[in-house]
Amino acid sequence: MASVELRQVRKSFGSTPVVHGVDVSIADGEFVVLVGPSGCGKSTLLRMIAGLEEITSGEIRIGDRVVNDVAPKQRDIAMVFQNYALYPHMKVIDNMAFSMKLAGRSQEEIHARVDKAAKILGLTDYLDRYPRQLSGGQRQRVAMGRAIVRDPQVFLFDEPLSNLDAKLRVQMRTEIKELHQRLKTTSVYVTHDQIEAMTMADKIVVMNSGRVEQIGSPLDLYDQPANLFVAGFIGSPAMNFLPGKLVTKWGGRGVQIAPDCVLPAPANSESDGSDVVIGVRPEHFDIGASGVKAQVIVVEPTGADTQVYCRIAGHSVTAVSRERHTFRPGDTIDLNPAEGKSYLFNPASGARIA
Amino acid sequence: MAPAERREGMHYLESLPRRWVTVYIPLLVFLFVLLFPFYWMVITSFKSNAELLSNGSNPFWVIEPTLDHFRKLFYGTSYPKWMWNTIIVSVTATFVSLAASVFAAYAIERLRFKGSRQVGLAIFLAYLVPPSILFIPLAMMVFQIGIFDTRWALILTYPTFLIPFCTWLLMGYFRSIPFELEECALIDGATRWQILIKIILPLAVPGLISAGIFAFTLSWNEFLYALTFISASENKTVPVGVITELVEGDVYHWGALMAGALVGSLPVAVMYSFFVEYYVAGMTGAVKE
Repeated sequence: MASVELRQVRKSFGSTPVVHGVDVSIADGEFVVLVGPSGCGKSTLLRMIAGLEEITSGEIRIGDRVVNDVAPKQRDIAMVFQNYALYPHMKVIDNMAFSMKLAGRSQEEIHARVDKAAKILGLTDYLDRYPRQLSGGQRQRVAMGRAIVRDPQVFLFDEPLSNLDAKLRVQMRTEIKELHQRLKTTSVYVTHDQIEAMTMADKIVVMNSGRVEQIGSPLDLYDQPANLFVAGFIGSPAMNFLPGKLVTKWGGRGVQIAPDCVLPAPANSESDGSDVVIGVRPEHFDIGASGVKAQVIVVEPTGADTQVYCRIAGHSVTAVSRERHTFRPGDTIDLNPAEGKSYLFNPASGARIA
Repeated sequence: MAPAERREGMHYLESLPRRWVTVYIPLLVFLFVLLFPFYWMVITSFKSNAELLSNGSNPFWVIEPTLDHFRKLFYGTSYPKWMWNTIIVSVTATFVSLAASVFAAYAIERLRFKGSRQVGLAIFLAYLVPPSILFIPLAMMVFQIGIFDTRWALILTYPTFLIPFCTWLLMGYFRSIPFELEECALIDGATRWQILIKIILPLAVPGLISAGIFAFTLSWNEFLYALTFISASENKTVPVGVITELVEGDVYHWGALMAGALVGSLPVAVMYSFFVEYYVAGMTGAVKE
């Protein structure tokens, strides 16, 4: 096991920069998720850690060794690919033993390690099968088994669950997390799915167009987003954003989003009249209490909670409530942001004000 | 007739008369056109000369089969020697070309060196130069190296058209092998050479077989170079030997010609029938996970 340190890592393809100076430090044994929309450079970053892409500038350390010019096989890492990348012409056992055979390990050691990994992953009965005879979830497990047997310093996962169906994805998510708790190997996991990031990570790195937007624990990012991008990316359904002007009202601050519509805002030191964006998470709207008028467009009950799509002064807004309501589309309801649960952002820079 | 709602897609094939008209009859016509020359070849090679030349006999059937033509072929000419030459030349040229093509195709497709596209294109252009033009400069080279009238003249010149062909076929096949497999092997600690031997080649077996069959067939049937670069009877290959030694002036030894063609085409037919499944897979180029 080892820590991983990225310092001012940059990558350009030809003259097109795709990663602009990323600094991330990953502690020994940590499970870090790189998350962001497609094309944000997260996979490129992972491939640079693996050594599959060269680094244009900057420094990558694994443990206390700079690995910029170290070949992938000497970095002591294991990688799980999105499409599993199992060798189709080898049985499961040979897939798992391949790296150790190349390294010239003894037969007994190979057997012992493969058996141990197969036991952990429940693959013991499938060792003599070919990858094509396995289901998606089993193939995924073999891919992880191949990584485990090597007992590497770092596990790298490149969107490993995106080829699985929704149910299996949830199940494998738990399995990977459990595996990490058991092995405690430093892991870097790339995904575009923020739920995956939230549920699995010790630490999340949110990336957008080649830059790191914010680094923090899942709940930190949820409670204290640094900017509009992170606020909108983390959480499902996404945070509501309403543009308006700051005013002083009811002895506190408010955001006027329409002439007759003011939402209470968190305390801040900006002057009245400045342009701001107020962000409220759907689950932080109180429905039915006094507040701003909203027209109901669509009501989607999911059983556990109800999602209400409505319109405030021409802006679409989503609210989620655990209670069951009787209103129907076309009705007008009152929405009020829960106290201390709204955020203010600067519309120009996107940075959070309060 | 099927009910209206079922008459979509391929269901129209379900009624027997329709199936005859749309499937079986066209197939039979097709088969007849393709196989009739083969049939003609077979019956001609078993007919006696008298029967061949008489107007009264049935041209589509053999009344008194005879092995005279085969006897003439095997004992009256150097046919066994031609056969042996053809086998040696085809097998050697095929393996040499395959080996060279594997390296060329892998390098162009996966090493991504500077100018790899251009090299790929240049190899393809080499394939477009017709042998009927290429044989003149090649003949001079064959003379100068001093291999005229030996098997080496053919073993070394056949790859000029086999390598471009095999390289292009294998490039397409290598392209269908996912990149991740190689990257994964790279992380697993394999060298380029190990990746080629342990990952790429085992997965490319169908492609190798179809390239091999094609190369073998092309060299087996090759005529122009064999005609130009070989002069002694005992060094000839089957296609050239049969034509040059069994046609004397304006006398065609039809029976022996056909017998030679029949025996000469059997090895290729047998090989195709063994590898037909690989061959189809190689042509459609699919690596199954």
